[in-house]
Amino acid sequence: MITAVRKPMEEIIACVSPYDRILLVGCNECVSVCSAGGRKEVALLSSALQMHFLKQGKTMEAREMTLERQCDPEYVEELVNSIDGADAVLSMACGCGVQTIAARFREKPVFPAVNTTFMGASERQGVWSERCQGCGDCVLGITGGICPIARCSKRLLNGPCGGSTKGKCEIDANVDCAWQLIWDRLKALGLEKRIEDVIEAKDWRTSRDGGPRKIIREDLAS
Amino acid sequence: MKTESRLEKVLASGALAVTSECGPPRGALPEKVKEKAGMLRGWVDAINVTDNQTAMVRMSSWAAGILIKQIGLDPVLQMVTRDRNRLAIQADIIGAYSLGINTMLCLSGDHPKFGDHPMAANVHDIDSVQLIQMVVKMRDEGKFQGGKDIDHPPKMFVGAAANPFADPFELRVMRLAKKVKAGVDFIQTQCIYNLDKFETWMDGVRQRGLHEKVYILAGITPMKTAGMARYMKNRVPGMDVPDAVVKRMESVPKEQQPEEGIRIAVESIQRLKEVAGVAGFHIMAIEWEEKVPEIVEKAGLLPRPEL
Repeated sequence: MITAVRKPMEEIIACVSPYDRILLVGCNECVSVCSAGGRKEVALLSSALQMHFLKQGKTMEAREMTLERQCDPEYVEELVNSIDGADAVLSMACGCGVQTIAARFREKPVFPAVNTTFMGASERQGVWSERCQGCGDCVLGITGGICPIARCSKRLLNGPCGGSTKGKCEIDANVDCAWQLIWDRLKALGLEKRIEDVIEAKDWRTSRDGGPRKIIREDLAS
Repeated sequence: MKTESRLEKVLASGALAVTSECGPPRGALPEKVKEKAGMLRGWVDAINVTDNQTAMVRMSSWAAGILIKQIGLDPVLQMVTRDRNRLAIQADIIGAYSLGINTMLCLSGDHPKFGDHPMAANVHDIDSVQLIQMVVKMRDEGKFQGGKDIDHPPKMFVGAAANPFADPFELRVMRLAKKVKAGVDFIQTQCIYNLDKFETWMDGVRQRGLHEKVYILAGITPMKTAGMARYMKNRVPGMDVPDAVVKRMESVPKEQQPEEGIRIAVESIQRLKEVAGVAGFHIMAIEWEEKVPEIVEKAGLLPRPEL
């Protein structure tokens, strides 16, 4: 999923304080799963903002809406009837959702209430870790199902580096060494020999380096 | 004077400055650098050394710059943010300055897609405006970008590029203003073929008084052939070659086209000399360095000031 964390209150307050009526829009997808911007978080932020402004002697009208998927124009269209009643939109979706709203309602200010963080997986209740950088040319098949691009701090393809200590990364003892994990997994699979295969320099064109990316499925595109 | 840069001295003297450029070789050929740069001796005030131009690997700009320095000429070290992060850039600036290079040009660089390593990751840790800020901070505050003091800071005369012809046109003056705000000392513009549009841009520059805060060197590239004119018009992003210029190149027989290209360059310089705020010319004769003296002479830019 795409993970996110809510921005600090002061930053959110600074964005919306010039307005009297805001439309607070959540998303039922990833940010809901990682408890950053779903229905519940929208309600919490809404009351927190109203309380803050009430203390300042200002009435802030905050209308709440949580869309099924904010990155999908079809669902963003559901805002049509509420948008005119708002001076600004505060989105709790990832950057994709914020931009879908901005593209649909060109003359309405839109602010992000969360920082979109990474593509990750849930480790346990309340803990998410980065797992994928969307490089566009997956190497998991040769690295034992553990991604060195997302999980090695130097994104080495022929690791580990000399900084690997007791399974941990040199940058932080709380960070696993991705190449230790890869090695352990290759051993479990009986593929130890693979560690000596030299992985050639990567073609980064499929990643962000090749410019903004787009997928066009001729069989589906209208 | 902020620096020891010869270019700064020429510009400060009020004379029209002349710079040119030298693309380093695609191999370990130091003599080639000296030969190309040597052709420009006495004709220009400083020589830009391109940094992996068009995203093709070449001898590093600082190494080629030092070779040029060794033969007693003044290099302008071009640096792109595509290939190095802020650590490498600052290290190279200190290294280059330690070996006598005191003038540089801050660029973001062409995207790797256009070169022969399209599969390369691009760095872009910082952009060209931030690079200007960084070099100025190193010089004026004696601090690294990260905030720590530099023991003997490098004193660079800082340049940047401006393209008056890119879209949206209404942003072109503002973008220059931003580079001025970042502290840039001089600007070398994109090659100018659409003189009317350049003059419109300069009007905007003067309205904001930017010409009093930064030296603007107008970019001139002589065209060798009508084919080159068509290529520049149709294939080079951000280049504005009016139809009239292409037609003029096409109107003469092939063997006379180089001469016509030189004539256009000379006429452009003569007209642009009259534009208030133009502080000099940057003559980019791509793989045609031997023609720079002729252009400089015919355009009445001689003698170059002795300093």
